Amino acid sequence: MLRYIGKRLLQLIPVLLGMTFVVFMIIRAIPGNPAQVILGQLATKEAIEALEIKLGLDQPWYTQYFDYLIGLFQGDLGESMRTVQPVANEIWPYLAATFELALFAVIIAVIIGVNAGIISAWFQNSWFDYLAMVIALIGVSMPIFWLGLMEQWLFGIELQWLPTSGREEVRNPVAAITNLYVLDTILQGRFDQLGQVLKHLVLPGIALATIPMAIIARMTRSSMLEVMRSDFIRTARAKGQKMFWVVYKHALKNAIIPVLTVIGLQMGLLLGGAILTETIFSWPGIGRYIYDAIQYRDYPVIQSGILVVAFMFVMINLFVDILYGLVDPRIKYD
Amino acid sequence: MAEREIILEVKDLQTSFFTDDGVIPSVDHVDFHVKEGEILGIVGESGCGKSVTSLSIMGLVPSPPGKITSGQILFKGKDLTKFSEKEMRKVRGNDVAMIFQEPMTSLNPLFTIGNQLVEAITLHKKDWNKKQVKARAVEMLRLVGLPRAEELMKDYPHQLSGGMRQRVMIAMALVCDPKVLIADEPTTALDVTIQAQILKLMRELNERLKTAVIMITHDLGVVAETCERVVVMYAGKVVEEGTVDAIFRNPQHPYTKGLIASVPDMRHKKQRLYSIPGNVPKPGTIKNGCRFAARCESVFGRCTEENPPLYETSANHKTRCFLYDQKEVEVHDKTAATS
Repeated sequence: MLRYIGKRLLQLIPVLLGMTFVVFMIIRAIPGNPAQVILGQLATKEAIEALEIKLGLDQPWYTQYFDYLIGLFQGDLGESMRTVQPVANEIWPYLAATFELALFAVIIAVIIGVNAGIISAWFQNSWFDYLAMVIALIGVSMPIFWLGLMEQWLFGIELQWLPTSGREEVRNPVAAITNLYVLDTILQGRFDQLGQVLKHLVLPGIALATIPMAIIARMTRSSMLEVMRSDFIRTARAKGQKMFWVVYKHALKNAIIPVLTVIGLQMGLLLGGAILTETIFSWPGIGRYIYDAIQYRDYPVIQSGILVVAFMFVMINLFVDILYGLVDPRIKYD
Repeated sequence: MAEREIILEVKDLQTSFFTDDGVIPSVDHVDFHVKEGEILGIVGESGCGKSVTSLSIMGLVPSPPGKITSGQILFKGKDLTKFSEKEMRKVRGNDVAMIFQEPMTSLNPLFTIGNQLVEAITLHKKDWNKKQVKARAVEMLRLVGLPRAEELMKDYPHQLSGGMRQRVMIAMALVCDPKVLIADEPTTALDVTIQAQILKLMRELNERLKTAVIMITHDLGVVAETCERVVVMYAGKVVEEGTVDAIFRNPQHPYTKGLIASVPDMRHKKQRLYSIPGNVPKPGTIKNGCRFAARCESVFGRCTEENPPLYETSANHKTRCFLYDQKEVEVHDKTAATS
């Protein structure tokens, strides 16, 4: 097992290297010059050139790339051109904000999606099945920004139940330890703040959970339908087992592997692709951080931001692969 | 030997499937019974309703589309068809257990053998403690002839061969001491040598534990080797019933005769193996007359018009064929005499 994990981590290196190269080249292919953006439209040519030299942009691209790589191997993610802060210091709060939101969304999506899928398969062709699958279809096809706006209008403005932006009460800010606010408030015993933080999570969480929930529900249903026809399901019933346990013990464990794959992929997507939701709900997450960096042509932030997201994505997939082995004894790692 | 009591009796059972093409009676007014400690064979081709009969007894007919539409299944005098799902759960595995055709896929691949055996016990022996349950599981594994039973408890099904898995299935079925064991083609998926072992095991267990066995099979060899009595089914109906001796020595129904004639015999070299002409009719397609009429070599006018009843031809023998109607026998005898 450890050998397998080690092997997988080694395989990561070429993947991430290739990715840094592609990102490095693409951002330099977009028109725009960081020095120009930083100094503004009225800057003189000399000033721009001076800043370019200071930022190292006068060097040929391969020199810049290798400097960046050498930094990476030393654990240095570079320095933001705009704020002149090390990216490594800057990025964590954004990453934590996104991670918290994505995890919250995935938990909602898994609890509702998996159960809806199971019940749909159990009572195939029942009204619940039809209803759940129609809702899932709507969920998959729903534009997130529209759903987010509707949520804000209904629950934020009309009913005034839930906050519509940010991740904490502005007048009662959370003292960050890990920057995962749910964890921080619990660690500090600030349960008044925990409630507020959870409330802030609800609307963006639901908006973000909708599509994964629908995909998970459909995947669970089809996987369960296949497993429910298996001989061992009949065996379990012939023993006198309750249908509930036949479904939730015998069938679910056999049906869960494709669902795990989907959950892993969705979690990965949410980490990097939550820009729309983060923008609508003013969530200070990694998506917006990178998006802003692109506006400013802040090359190191873009490069390292995408690198970190990609790293998380592959790590989640590795984690899912390890989970397979725990679920299914027939899967061996060597 | 004292007359044994009837433990399970199927009376006039009809199980139908409600499909888009209409109602199809898969099991059509079937009667038979099993006595305590007896091995009863149910023989017939695929699709003749053997498996649906056994699933009906277990209350496991896939529903929808299947449903028991008439008849009774009496276990110790109580009608199982009237039982609620909750009551049936207490019967399954506890009073009536079942093993299936496919040992390779009948065990859950993701749970250990021990886990699955323990589950079967704890479902019905709620007052047993963990130690008792485990001891019983290991005891059963030994009883079905599995080596290193203790370690086997921690193994997963994929680590076992087909024959071992079928032994585990048998152990699991018998773990709560059921009165009746339904074995639905228990050896079909196994190698011939393993088949023989499993059949021997089942016979031994039947003698030791006095569990009645309903052996469902399409293999007359299995019947001859293990059973005391046989029910021959064709297209959802019982066509012949009798002791193994009576059926093999004196098959009466043309279908049974055909079945026996199509078994290869190693002692005689035949040019060509006999086969019954035609195919099994699709269930529900024959409304009038004997269901075998279209393939029968002795067919005559009455066969396609009336439904033959079961004629009792001797004390241990019943046949659903007009040839054994007293009137017909006389007519046929006369024609035989004049010619």
